[in-house]
Amino acid sequence: MSEPIIRVENLGKKYQIRHQEAGPRYRALRDVLADGVKSGFGLFNRHRKSSTTREEFWALQDVNFEVNEGEVVGIIGRNGAGKSTLLKILSRITEPTTGRITLNGRVASLLEVGTGFHPELTGRENIYLNGAILGMSQSEIARKFDEIVDFSGVEKFLDTPVKRYSSGMYVRLAFAVAAHLEPEILVIDEVLAVGDAEFQKKCLGKMGEVARGGRTVLFVSHNMAVMQNLCASGVLLGDGQVIQSGPIHDVVSGYLLSLNAKNDCEVDLSSHKGRISNALPIIRSVRLYSDDDIGTVIFSSGATMGIEIHIDPLDIPLHAPEIGVGVNDQYGNRLFTVGTYFSECGLADITCLTTIRCEIQDLPLAPGGYTLTLAAGPQTEPTRDWLHHAVAFSVTEADYFGSGKLPRPGQGSLLVRGQWSMKLNPLTTVSESIR
Amino acid sequence: MTRYQLILEPGRADRQYWRDLWTFRELLYQLARRDVAVHYKQTVIGAAWAVVRPLVTVVILTMVFSRVAGLTADGDVWYPLFVLTGMLPWQFFAAILGEASNSLVANANLVSKIYFPRLLVPLSTVGVPLVDVVVLSPFLIGMMAYAGVMPSWPVILAPLFLLLAAASALGMGLGLCALNVKYRDVRYVIPFILQFGVYVSPIGYSTTKVPAEYQLLYHLNPMVFVIDGLRWSLLGVGQPFAGGGWLLSLFVSLILGITGVWFFRRTERTFADVI
Repeated sequence: MSEPIIRVENLGKKYQIRHQEAGPRYRALRDVLADGVKSGFGLFNRHRKSSTTREEFWALQDVNFEVNEGEVVGIIGRNGAGKSTLLKILSRITEPTTGRITLNGRVASLLEVGTGFHPELTGRENIYLNGAILGMSQSEIARKFDEIVDFSGVEKFLDTPVKRYSSGMYVRLAFAVAAHLEPEILVIDEVLAVGDAEFQKKCLGKMGEVARGGRTVLFVSHNMAVMQNLCASGVLLGDGQVIQSGPIHDVVSGYLLSLNAKNDCEVDLSSHKGRISNALPIIRSVRLYSDDDIGTVIFSSGATMGIEIHIDPLDIPLHAPEIGVGVNDQYGNRLFTVGTYFSECGLADITCLTTIRCEIQDLPLAPGGYTLTLAAGPQTEPTRDWLHHAVAFSVTEADYFGSGKLPRPGQGSLLVRGQWSMKLNPLTTVSESIR
Repeated sequence: MTRYQLILEPGRADRQYWRDLWTFRELLYQLARRDVAVHYKQTVIGAAWAVVRPLVTVVILTMVFSRVAGLTADGDVWYPLFVLTGMLPWQFFAAILGEASNSLVANANLVSKIYFPRLLVPLSTVGVPLVDVVVLSPFLIGMMAYAGVMPSWPVILAPLFLLLAAASALGMGLGLCALNVKYRDVRYVIPFILQFGVYVSPIGYSTTKVPAEYQLLYHLNPMVFVIDGLRWSLLGVGQPFAGGGWLLSLFVSLILGITGVWFFRRTERTFADVI
């Protein structure tokens, strides 16, 4: 069993981007002929020819990793990191430009729910069609048919064309077919982002079952909680390269860190996606710094974390401003909030670009990834600015308790020192003390 | 049992391809079945279209070629029957060519989201025209009975001529379909080829009407031998094997088939990237 079931070596995938045709990706013969004419003229003007707007783009470059049999691996990375390209190569939809992948088992991929469903066909017909597309044999589908129908919960509408289905029914049926695939390697892309909460839970349960059944699973999702729940290890991709691989918790922390690491610790928030609607965008940017005033997004437990918020009042003076900073764990749960209104520190009115600093000493956080939610606004008016997950930071291990020990995952992410004491009552027995 | 192993490398001629084709053979059936099931959905007369279209064409061609132009059929066969035996293989050919050329683009969602031997997509387009032929054949037999034509032994060769039509159509279709992935011009070329084809195939007239010096040139159209051969097998008229023309037609069919598959296989790897 020493041979890994998936081995990826020096994998690279190059795409050519042509800037002149930003619209349709396909070319008309006319373009080819026109290019031919252009390059003919290019003989007289070499420089123009060399400047054709053709650009090479490496979606993946020098990717190496191995997956052992029975492992459930999460592929993590922001949009455009190369996750989908990797899955496409693994599932043989497209071929690599360099490198090699060795697969010691059959691969089935699920890059989209309901690929190949035909709206005019009935549910029953689509189960067979979709099953065949996913690589199941007719006898295999026939054997699992009842199970599939059961799982999807659409038995009443089996003989109705799926174009009359609600979108929820459609997705449930599609997932049900896919969930009954039995390959040695299963490649899944973001399919859990469908259906209602109950069905998602059911899907997750099924996924967990598949994972525990000894199947090797490669899984892509942006839902970190799902990833940590299902996967044992992870691979973090960034700009087409493997940035980190290892236990899922470490990789998830690394990912959250990488979300903001690029921006030199000062994060421009002017067009941040986490800003609530109808907010007054007065928070311009935020910067995190350590106790020696050096910008960083990595802190160790027990250190001082400085938060520098830059506020631009946008021509309207901010009277009696209040600032709040919420600290969230990687699942988005609020751990604690630091606010000017708790301390009654009474900030002066803000009339021009202003920097506000808050320092949290003895940072009581266990190693992991965290985010900050920022809020700022006047005391009396409802207009204020509010940014969810404005900046991510990570906490590294440090000897918070002076004992060399830290809580294990599952023991919470807040670190609190307790004062322990013990008193001996030698004359009372246990039963008396209870009474 | 040896363990299944697959190595993905750039430019690696996929040795597993033909085995995969076999593994996925049920998909071929399912895709064809899907097309057949969907083809006449939400039409009022349904599969009757498979009969109405060729029969109406036969009536019109009979009017034009026989009444207006004064052409006659080989061996004094009832003219509408003569036209129908030309129309049937031609529409079979035309439907496969048209559907196959557009098949990959029509199934772009499959191509970009899932792996299977892509060859199955154009191959599966044979399903609908084949069903149409089957639906039409009772009418053909009825017309033959009406005209008093009793086929002799060559009738067992009739399916072979249809196979030849399918091979030629698929050969061209595969090539055009691969081109269509990258150059959508193909979509506009196809109707032109089909329109043109009706006139350069012996549908409404007999091959013998073509002047001798053009016979070889005429036989570059693989459908000439297919139509003449089918007529000969069903009606016992004409001499499809006269002269060397039929060899040329057969050769063109084979070359089309082989280059079609070759070109398709060669470009197949990039389909998902450009479609």
